[in-house]
Amino acid sequence: MACSSGACQSNNCYKQEEEEESEQNSIASILDAKRGTESNDPQQSLCIKCKANSPISCTGEDVRFCADCFRSNLYGKFRLAVSSHAMITPSDKVLVAFSGGPASRVALQFVHEMQNRAQKNFDASRDRSLPVFGVGVAVIDESAIYPIPAHEFDEAITEIKLVVSNLAPPTKELHIVPIENVYASDSVDKRNRLKELLDSVTDVTGKEDLLLHLKMLSLQKIASENGYSRLILGSCTSRIACHVISAAVKGQGYSLSANIQYVDARWDTPIVLPLRDCLSQELNLLCRVDGLKTVELLNGPSSGINHLVSSFVALLQEENPSRECTIVRTAGKLTPFHFNRIPEISDCNVPLATRRRQKRFSLQPKESISSESFCPICISPLNKSEMQTLSGFGSFQSSDTFSPSCCPSCRFQILPKDPHSMEHFISLLPQPLAAQSKHDIGGNLNLLREQIQDFLLSDSDSET
Amino acid sequence: MAEAESKQRKPGARLCCICSQRRPALKRPKTLEQICRECFYEVFEEEIHQVIVQNQLFKPGERVAIGASGGKDSTVLAYVLSELNRRHNYGVDLFLLSIDEGITGYRDDSLETVKRNEIQYGLPLKIVSYKDLYGWTMDEIVKVIGLKNNCTFCGVFRRQALDRGAAFLKVDKVATGHNADDIAETVLLNILRGDIARLSRCTSITTGEDGPIPRCKPFKYTYEKEIVMYAYFKRLDYFSTECIYSPNAYRGFAREFIKDLERIRPRAILDIIRSGENFRISTSTKMPEQGTCERCGYISSQKWCKACVLLEGLNRGLPKLGIGRSRGLNNEEKREKKQSNGISAIESKACGTLDF
Repeated sequence: MACSSGACQSNNCYKQEEEEESEQNSIASILDAKRGTESNDPQQSLCIKCKANSPISCTGEDVRFCADCFRSNLYGKFRLAVSSHAMITPSDKVLVAFSGGPASRVALQFVHEMQNRAQKNFDASRDRSLPVFGVGVAVIDESAIYPIPAHEFDEAITEIKLVVSNLAPPTKELHIVPIENVYASDSVDKRNRLKELLDSVTDVTGKEDLLLHLKMLSLQKIASENGYSRLILGSCTSRIACHVISAAVKGQGYSLSANIQYVDARWDTPIVLPLRDCLSQELNLLCRVDGLKTVELLNGPSSGINHLVSSFVALLQEENPSRECTIVRTAGKLTPFHFNRIPEISDCNVPLATRRRQKRFSLQPKESISSESFCPICISPLNKSEMQTLSGFGSFQSSDTFSPSCCPSCRFQILPKDPHSMEHFISLLPQPLAAQSKHDIGGNLNLLREQIQDFLLSDSDSET
Repeated sequence: MAEAESKQRKPGARLCCICSQRRPALKRPKTLEQICRECFYEVFEEEIHQVIVQNQLFKPGERVAIGASGGKDSTVLAYVLSELNRRHNYGVDLFLLSIDEGITGYRDDSLETVKRNEIQYGLPLKIVSYKDLYGWTMDEIVKVIGLKNNCTFCGVFRRQALDRGAAFLKVDKVATGHNADDIAETVLLNILRGDIARLSRCTSITTGEDGPIPRCKPFKYTYEKEIVMYAYFKRLDYFSTECIYSPNAYRGFAREFIKDLERIRPRAILDIIRSGENFRISTSTKMPEQGTCERCGYISSQKWCKACVLLEGLNRGLPKLGIGRSRGLNNEEKREKKQSNGISAIESKACGTLDF
């Protein structure tokens, strides 16, 4: 940082100064980087918040909260994200994507706690106008791609079942679905078809990214088949920071802001990220402190560019504990897309209380970009300049029109270079990938609405 | 001669991907194509020519100064620009503009290189020295403030010195040797630092169009490795020593990361630049206001420009003025910031180049 800061200040770059300040403070406290609270008395080892209990003692990290304050601080971040973006409303049925890792474990725990509280309120209220939202858990079994011994797999599944069944009622439905189920149920030999699809991608990073898109697709499938209205991911600040850098490296600057927001309503079931403001260290620590069981077995290894990026970000985070937050904050300043908020409920069947409740949340349309078309593979919105002569929308299965409709990044790292193998590659793709892009045309209604938004009168106007 | 040999002796031997006639001499860093030397020169120069034409960097009759440090980037830039100017009739008058920071054992030697380039390429040279402009050489400044923060002085002064030199030469534009690696690194650094204002403008090929003298980067899409390769094969005369005052600042995390990326996927550098160009930055994002320095009239967002604040500190015997977090004279706050020189720097090359 030595030379840069000097040059930087000539232009009044106060942001960096802020950061540098926190850089110094946070040497003392890994986990409390953002709160500037000082008075660090070495003699007095009490929680800096309640000043009553002793802070969590753990090896390596210096935590200044006691277990209770740490937990409530973390839960507070979760709840703030949920409430300020209308992620969960009483009539929702939410699906938590559970990988077994610490982030999704905490997401599951917090959603459970929130549901528990809602249940208590429901039981205590007289008119029972606000129903309790439902919770389900989805696990994607990737053993088709990353083979693991059968007994280890069974063990992991037993663990996961135990984790879910041990949560207090209301009971949560658990869906364990193999990744090859992303293909339609009537298709034959799904497992080999999936393997062949992934083997046809030569780029390591491209293969990994394609698998991630397929995973998301599987989760969406589970959600829509079982009537869920939200999909909750455990993506934390650290994960999102890695995504920001790797998206930049892959040339996805235009679509970057679509994937890092609290809400992503591109899909039939909107995806929400309530742990967007929590660091992975915090989540790991909570799992340790509260004895939340994690199951790491089902996760595939990372390699290629994604691996390089995550070790780079880890290195930066080590050097400055607020780095991941800064990365996410920078990317957060990029303009989001119109689908990055929960669509307003206009359905009359939804109880009035729920609708009224949603209005209270700040759902003001922010400045956002409308996008006409999406990459059929990664569902990224496409920049006008990135689209190569996209005129005939209808004939999607033809190999001539498929490639130009993809984003440059997928074109490079996922699609086959050889035009002859393109037809085969498309035949291996699960149906929804192509259908998804057709769906966009229907979704254009939203887009049209966006354009005339200023002239539409809505009842929310009177309230603000 | 190589071509004749390969044609006769090994008909089955690998040939250049472009001309399919000569034997390949190198693997092109940008594309990993195996090509011959002649084809390399051609694609290298042609790409730069296309960048210049497509972005309309130069207009006929313009006077253009090349920021020349004597290093590889600016030496190749001077060579290629004078070559292209002749070949494609840009009709511009080229000049070399060098800054003499007054660093014994570093800049004096590199300036000798620039002086040789002046003769080799037939371009008039103007050297602007810190001593003349500010009354201080870097050697003298380092004597006063030590090896911490010295790069701050050097960077701030150089930025202004280049503008003043350009004004002296009455040029319409300054061309600098920033290459694709530099720009990709800047994009990453601005993300890491949270500097959204710079992130939005760091990928533009021409900057400072509202200022006194615009700057452009003809090497925006040119890989550093290819520049080195070009200089090596053409046996260009350049200077390659690091600044004696910041030897550690050269390699930073971000630079290493980019080199690692390039190894896995050469196209990543261009991808980062493309990302930077396509970022959607909301119009409501606050941008710092641009004003003029009350003292010297140079562009400044504060009451006094940074160079004047630093100079005032030096002359009053308070060299820490304006360094680090304190805003110096601009709001009478003098706090000293701990700074270590380059050891854990996430960026590289803050010094020694014409990087602002």
